[in-house]
Amino acid sequence: MKIVVLVKEVPDTYGDRRLDLETGIVDRAASDAVLDEIGERSLEVALSYADGHPDTEIVLLSMGPESAQASIRRGLAMGASSAVQVVDEALLGADLGLTSEVLAAALQHTGFDLVIAGNESTDGSGGVIPAMLAERLGVPQLTALASVEITDASVSGRRVLDDGVATVSASLPAVISITESLPDARMANIKGIMAAKKKPYEVLSLADLGVVAEREDAPRSIMIAVSERPPRGAGVKIVDEGDAGEQLAEFLVQNRLA
Amino acid sequence: MAEYRPPLTDLRFALEHVVGYPEISALPGYEHADLDTVVELLESYGEFVTKVIAPTNRIGDTEGVQYHPDGSVTVPQAFKDAYRTYVETGWGSVPMPQEFGGEGFPRTVGLAMQEMITSANMSFALGPLLTQGAIEALTAVGTEELQRRFLPKMVTGEWAGTMNLTEPQAGSDVGALTTRAVPREDGTYAITGQKIFISFGEHDLTDQIVHLVLARTPDAPEGTRGISCFVVPKFLVNEDGTLGERNGVRALSVEHKMGIHGSPTCVMSYEGATGYLLGEENRGMSIMFIMMNTARTSVGLEGVALAERAYQDALAYAKQRIQGRAPGSSEPSPIIDFPDVRRMLLTQQASIAALRRLILLHGVQVDLSTHHPDAAVRERASEVVALLTPICKSFGSDQGIELTSLALQVHGGSGYIEETGVAQHYRDARIAAIYEGTNGIQAADLVGRKLPVRDGASALEFIEQLQALDSDLAGAGEDFAAIRSQLETQLGTLKRTTQWMLRTGVSDPRAVLAGSSPYLRMWGLCVCAWLLAKSALAAASVGDESAAEQLVLARFYAQQILPQVSGLESAAVAGADDLYALDAVPVR
Repeated sequence: MKIVVLVKEVPDTYGDRRLDLETGIVDRAASDAVLDEIGERSLEVALSYADGHPDTEIVLLSMGPESAQASIRRGLAMGASSAVQVVDEALLGADLGLTSEVLAAALQHTGFDLVIAGNESTDGSGGVIPAMLAERLGVPQLTALASVEITDASVSGRRVLDDGVATVSASLPAVISITESLPDARMANIKGIMAAKKKPYEVLSLADLGVVAEREDAPRSIMIAVSERPPRGAGVKIVDEGDAGEQLAEFLVQNRLA
Repeated sequence: MAEYRPPLTDLRFALEHVVGYPEISALPGYEHADLDTVVELLESYGEFVTKVIAPTNRIGDTEGVQYHPDGSVTVPQAFKDAYRTYVETGWGSVPMPQEFGGEGFPRTVGLAMQEMITSANMSFALGPLLTQGAIEALTAVGTEELQRRFLPKMVTGEWAGTMNLTEPQAGSDVGALTTRAVPREDGTYAITGQKIFISFGEHDLTDQIVHLVLARTPDAPEGTRGISCFVVPKFLVNEDGTLGERNGVRALSVEHKMGIHGSPTCVMSYEGATGYLLGEENRGMSIMFIMMNTARTSVGLEGVALAERAYQDALAYAKQRIQGRAPGSSEPSPIIDFPDVRRMLLTQQASIAALRRLILLHGVQVDLSTHHPDAAVRERASEVVALLTPICKSFGSDQGIELTSLALQVHGGSGYIEETGVAQHYRDARIAAIYEGTNGIQAADLVGRKLPVRDGASALEFIEQLQALDSDLAGAGEDFAAIRSQLETQLGTLKRTTQWMLRTGVSDPRAVLAGSSPYLRMWGLCVCAWLLAKSALAAASVGDESAAEQLVLARFYAQQILPQVSGLESAAVAGADDLYALDAVPVR
């Protein structure tokens, strides 16, 4: 079984995160960089399967700047077998369409039985990459799983909805995404860190994958304007002159809170 | 109480740019310990101590340890769970020798890790620290047979180790100990006597505890020259490595202490217990000195680690506690906006950064002294290690008390309430100034043993090394002018006082000892100010994002803390006359 886990380096949510107001791109220097926690949980799903199935190969796949390598290596120290990182200047600020195109090409390059991703990253919060990948690769998708069961030929799990729980399954190969309900990732230990230094780490460019970033015929998001979040204004005070209830209701409706 | 955040960014910067870690990882034998690997290792270890060890700190303090009538001692269940994970993850083996299953990382890396685990839980961290000391002694002088039998499981942490020095009548005066070791025909010794204040002397974290015990053979000379060191396991070990018969050693009680409640401090009784001689007879003190440089620095580091943890609490509290209006504010202000609170916080931040660098510098010198290919470099590094050891121990632990006290002060009345949590750090910090040689003993060591090295040349050369930063500071522009002028003045004072000590020591050792503690503090302040200045220069020259912050820390320390050196000089050179002048006055 070959499981590819999508991981991503993101700014640590512990501190303040900032956008570069000129480019609209996240200011990586402004905060500590960490492996996105939901990606770590995805890796944990793969690792716990591998615990009982020693012939499992786990490949980490990531797209990001070269500097992200230290974060991705953490995944190797936790137990993944190898890593593939797509690094290319042309990917700076890539939108979801381009990102999914690159990742799909990389997945075709690595080959896979199962792709595991988080439901959304803590920085971009797009939440659509898993679905886009399934579409591009022409395989089934099971998104937002709160539990995962993997067998030789299929994958299944529970998806928690507003009014119930759906149990879904698909045959392999497939793409799944998971939620924070799945367990925390195991911690890397010293043996893992030392072993990780000898594990394969492949760096690919867009040219290697045959993907063109600036294509006239491809729809791409274009940044039109970037502005700082406005400072919080003073709150609205409602003085009760007999109509406070009405005013409150109106306020809630206006702000789409009701 | 804030959740512990490992100071990874500062550790990395200090290793890379201040204390010269890249030079260590370039040494033969440390090729695997390159900076990137070390940083990755520290990140993972930081996560481990935060998630697994830190949550046990409060539990250790409130639950404490239990002594049972059968002589057993139990620690909180949370400690046992955390310890099991500690062994499983193999973290304890990182700085241990590779030939016994360790990862063979430099001492410097071990110190950075030790800071984090001690911040997370000092009581817990003491266990592995003592095991590490016992491992060092066994590695240095143990026979192959002893090493094979005990080291592998101690390196993994499956077995623990202890140091048994103190007896009721033999505290600072180790030479007064009376525990007897009578040779038997099979080459082992029968150990009989009582030891007190034995940290982790008995507990249920591990199946086996390997005690290193100082004792006297029947014909041994008096004093420290007649002390031998023995390995006394709680259980005898069978040929196949399994545990055999219970040995004649047991705990008689555990102490009720001011702090480190999670660390079992035991009275130990030895009644004809089987001991194996470590090294040669009557060489026990020199074996203890093998561990002394590292153990003493580790105790200084305990002060730094607790100060860091308490500072994190104080900073978080100061940001959220609203009281009154700060000058210039029309809104209710968090207390961090008040100048005096900022002074307390900045004093902590600058002092902790400085002390962290001091401890890591000691580690780098230890690594140079053991691994540098050039004998002259090793020799000089050993001298610097010897000189810095009492300074790290005393200044680090004294500052641990002062800085945790400041952190408590930031909390106001809440700080005095146990539930707030910061009081524990203050209580825990207090022991570090006492054990592993009281701070007074350290000061005596500095003036009595370390200053006389090469008739004072070793110490004076180190001061010259500190003064040599002046040219870098001169070239660094106006920003560094204030730091430069203060360093020049106070290093001059340190040099003058050192010369007085060297001059006076010959004719009036009592006068030198009388001034030894203030003198040691002068050293601590000077080396710390130098390290912060070096750090700020490095940050500016590599354009590190912390450059502006580091400049402030270095300047604040140089201008507002370092000048204490001038004030201490007077006490350092005052002599002993007044200290003894009142002896004739009867006690009323």
